[in-house]
Amino acid sequence: MDGLVTQLPWAIILILLPLAAGMACFVAPRIAGALGLLSVVAVLLATLGLGLQLASAGVYRHSIGGWGAPLGIELYADGLSLLMLGITALVGIGVSLYAGAYFTREQAGRFWPVWLFLLAALNGLFLVDDVFNLYVCLELIGLSAVSLTALAGTTAALAGAMRYLLATLLGSLLYLLGVALLYHTFGTVDISLLAGRVTPLPALWAALGLMGAGLILKTALFPFHFWLPAAHGSAPAPVSAVLSALVVKGSFYILLRLWIELYAPAGGQSAGLLFGVLGSAAVLWGSIQALRQARLKLMVAYSTVAQIGYLFLAFPLGGAAGYAWQGALYLLVSHALAKSAMFLAAGNLLRFGGHERIAHLDRVVQRLPLTVGAFAMAGVSIMGLPPSGGFIGKWLLLQTALSQGQWMLALVMVLGSVLAAAYVFRVLGHAFTAAAVPHDPIAVPLRMEWAAVLLAAGSIVLGLLAVPLFTLAGIGGFAGMGASLP
Amino acid sequence: MPLLVVASSLLPGLFIFALAEDRVRTRTLLNMTGAVVKLVLVGWILWGVFHEHHYETRIPLLYDLEIVLRAGPLSLLFVTLSTILWLVTTVYAIGYLEGVPHRSRFFGFFSLCVTATVGVALSGNLITFLLFYELLTLSTYPLLVHRGTEEARKAGQTYLVYTLAGGALLLFGTVWLYTLTGTLEFTPRGIVDSLDSAHHPALVVIFVLLIGGLGVKAALVPLHGWLPQAMVAPAPVSALLHAVAVVKAGAFGIVRVVYEVFGVEFSTLLGLTTPLMWLAAFTIIYGSLRALYQDDLKRRLAFSTVSQVSYITLGVAVAGPIAAIGGVVHLVHQGVMKITLFFCAGNLAETLGIHKISEMNGVGRRMPWTMAAFTVGAFGMIGAPPVAGFISKWYIGLGALDAGQDWVVLVLAGSSLLNAAYFLPILHAAWFRAPPARWPKEHDFGRKETAWALLLPPVLTAAMALAIGLLATLPFSPLAWSRLIAAREFYQAW
Repeated sequence: MDGLVTQLPWAIILILLPLAAGMACFVAPRIAGALGLLSVVAVLLATLGLGLQLASAGVYRHSIGGWGAPLGIELYADGLSLLMLGITALVGIGVSLYAGAYFTREQAGRFWPVWLFLLAALNGLFLVDDVFNLYVCLELIGLSAVSLTALAGTTAALAGAMRYLLATLLGSLLYLLGVALLYHTFGTVDISLLAGRVTPLPALWAALGLMGAGLILKTALFPFHFWLPAAHGSAPAPVSAVLSALVVKGSFYILLRLWIELYAPAGGQSAGLLFGVLGSAAVLWGSIQALRQARLKLMVAYSTVAQIGYLFLAFPLGGAAGYAWQGALYLLVSHALAKSAMFLAAGNLLRFGGHERIAHLDRVVQRLPLTVGAFAMAGVSIMGLPPSGGFIGKWLLLQTALSQGQWMLALVMVLGSVLAAAYVFRVLGHAFTAAAVPHDPIAVPLRMEWAAVLLAAGSIVLGLLAVPLFTLAGIGGFAGMGASLP
Repeated sequence: MPLLVVASSLLPGLFIFALAEDRVRTRTLLNMTGAVVKLVLVGWILWGVFHEHHYETRIPLLYDLEIVLRAGPLSLLFVTLSTILWLVTTVYAIGYLEGVPHRSRFFGFFSLCVTATVGVALSGNLITFLLFYELLTLSTYPLLVHRGTEEARKAGQTYLVYTLAGGALLLFGTVWLYTLTGTLEFTPRGIVDSLDSAHHPALVVIFVLLIGGLGVKAALVPLHGWLPQAMVAPAPVSALLHAVAVVKAGAFGIVRVVYEVFGVEFSTLLGLTTPLMWLAAFTIIYGSLRALYQDDLKRRLAFSTVSQVSYITLGVAVAGPIAAIGGVVHLVHQGVMKITLFFCAGNLAETLGIHKISEMNGVGRRMPWTMAAFTVGAFGMIGAPPVAGFISKWYIGLGALDAGQDWVVLVLAGSSLLNAAYFLPILHAAWFRAPPARWPKEHDFGRKETAWALLLPPVLTAAMALAIGLLATLPFSPLAWSRLIAAREFYQAW
């Protein structure tokens, strides 16, 4: 039995299973809900299987069809892949649970195939090891994400989706240009082979510049975040949750991989500095914008802009000793859980009151205690208050910044936390009071409340799991992960 | 074992959240069981620590950082205070909130709040302290805005602006300290005196950051602005806020930072205790002066808290063993006395609808027991023997003379005069003026002056305030325990 668990090709299952389930949902929309939920649970189990495999045998490599690089497609999984797959599966379960009760029958028929398709593309992204197939997955993710955004069919949703489509296509295009340049110059697209071959040529700078620009556009780093609030704010709640929690993290993941393998050895200090500046600006700008929003989902979307800024603060710090990458990854994971919970909770409030104006929330703390509780717990993690995953991430980043004497970055981190507290508690304060104009509440299914609560509770529990999670993420030794530094 | 002490209020709290609103009996049972179990556990540990047993729980948090819960003498002083006053306040709150909606939420957060306070007390290092300190901020917020009025929301907002900004300072200082020392453990005589003198300017800034963060909750002027506004909360919350939970967590943190992070000699060496002493002295006088001008009873009590809590900081900052005993023992004394006063204020509001001092004429005849308790508390605040407040002032004064800071005695005397000036008129009006024809909003309790659950707690705490003053020389009195703290923790190596 033990042998079987560690022998099965989990990585392939992780890609093919949601793909097949998506097609089945398309063919048989009547059972889409049950099938979708079931396959997401199966994805989580497969991720666990892959985890066991990695824990017992170390890094996983597989050449599809027996054709290795540079000709065939190589699958590659280390601790970092595992961490990303795990968080994707967890958020996926929460969102699927929620979506089962959220959509009308007609919408559900369209939601499930695309969502499972997106899941397959995300899993693929975390498992491939060459820049071209990363592009393929990235494009698939972008297209399915745009379709999901447009699902609501309202004018706002279509406008947001259109903007999103243009941004994501432009991003992919830039990235593809960079890939073509790399292939032309160095004759391979495999990351590990590239890492061995790159030499400081102008073509390398151009390629890395193009790829980086494409990726930060897709990750919505300030000032390239212009498309995000409209798309994330107008999509249906479960879709917003997926977009904010997972989709923007996909392109960040590629950037991170390339950074460690290609940029940092090629001497990317100035690019790191630039990322640090843009990240700081994102933290401050996003938080202030979030504070100014009258609508709940837009507020949550701007908060995503700010939190993505935090992830980029690791780049100027990552080169020297410290825990910058660990901090950023931990923030990424806890933000995924917290932000999806927050969007789901916002969806509940919208459904309940028929509107999402923050100032007109009407005593929801008494009437939807679970939802508000979920929002509050997710907020605690976003603010980075202990005990939560967000706290661990911010602590590590702050510690690294201070030990390297990076005062401005440290200041930005703390200021961002205070601003986050301000926008989260603005919502919670209004949750206690009565609105001037009372309205008839619409019942929210319990399942939708619990989905938000579970994800939010996860972001809190992460605060106590740092030690085992870093051990897991350290498999394969990505960026010195897992090792305890002096 | 320390983990059990924390869990004994956490678990009932979590269950209470899940309870339906109308299951009053189950909720009361859970509340009381938690409080009593905690009391028994604390009694047990108290005995153990007295006989020099060690109780410690360590949970790994991150690389070489751990969550440490440790029961030392100083921790236990605060734990015992919170546990006893939690029990009393729970009884009071059950009486006070009878028939009010959303009690499950209230008692749930109430338990969380006590959990956080006990966690603050038991923290064995600065990061654990930070964790519970922030949890305390979060769990008091829903209690503060419990009434759900616009006024409550505003007060809650002010509270958060102050406390979360303070929390950010504390976090910044803690991380910075950690990058210098590599440890955050609370240690007698501190963890920083072995650092190279090149780091001393940084240490001064860290000290300011930490004290700034803690000073918000300890209501040091000019960081006290949230406290008078927070009196919109229901009376049991105000009582707990002022006597045990929030304000005390700040003061307790200052004790920890001065004595067990920096070490008192090292703080003096860096020239840090003198400004702190001045700040505390200023706060004492300023709070009393402001209290003079308040007509709202709870606001007057709030400014009185601003003033009284700074006695703790003052005692610590004088930087001598005797003053330290006075400061630490005031942690308990102020708590017992102030909770009595707030219970009484709550009783007046609930029974007769009295909120203002100008409405208190002759109230002593209508509610003799409540006002008797109030009188004891007020005399304690003034520092009249034999009530507990006298003991703290006596020790702080003696300690100041011992440390060569004679001017502190003047501050103490001035503050006592001011305290008398704002408490005695209340007492005079209540006992010697003729009652009005009718009270603002009277509830009928038959032949009793008010409900049992409301009357018993203040009478009990007033009796305690008298008893710990009269019996201060007995073993296990707060004073005796504070001597033990000074001997074992603060000045161990001398």
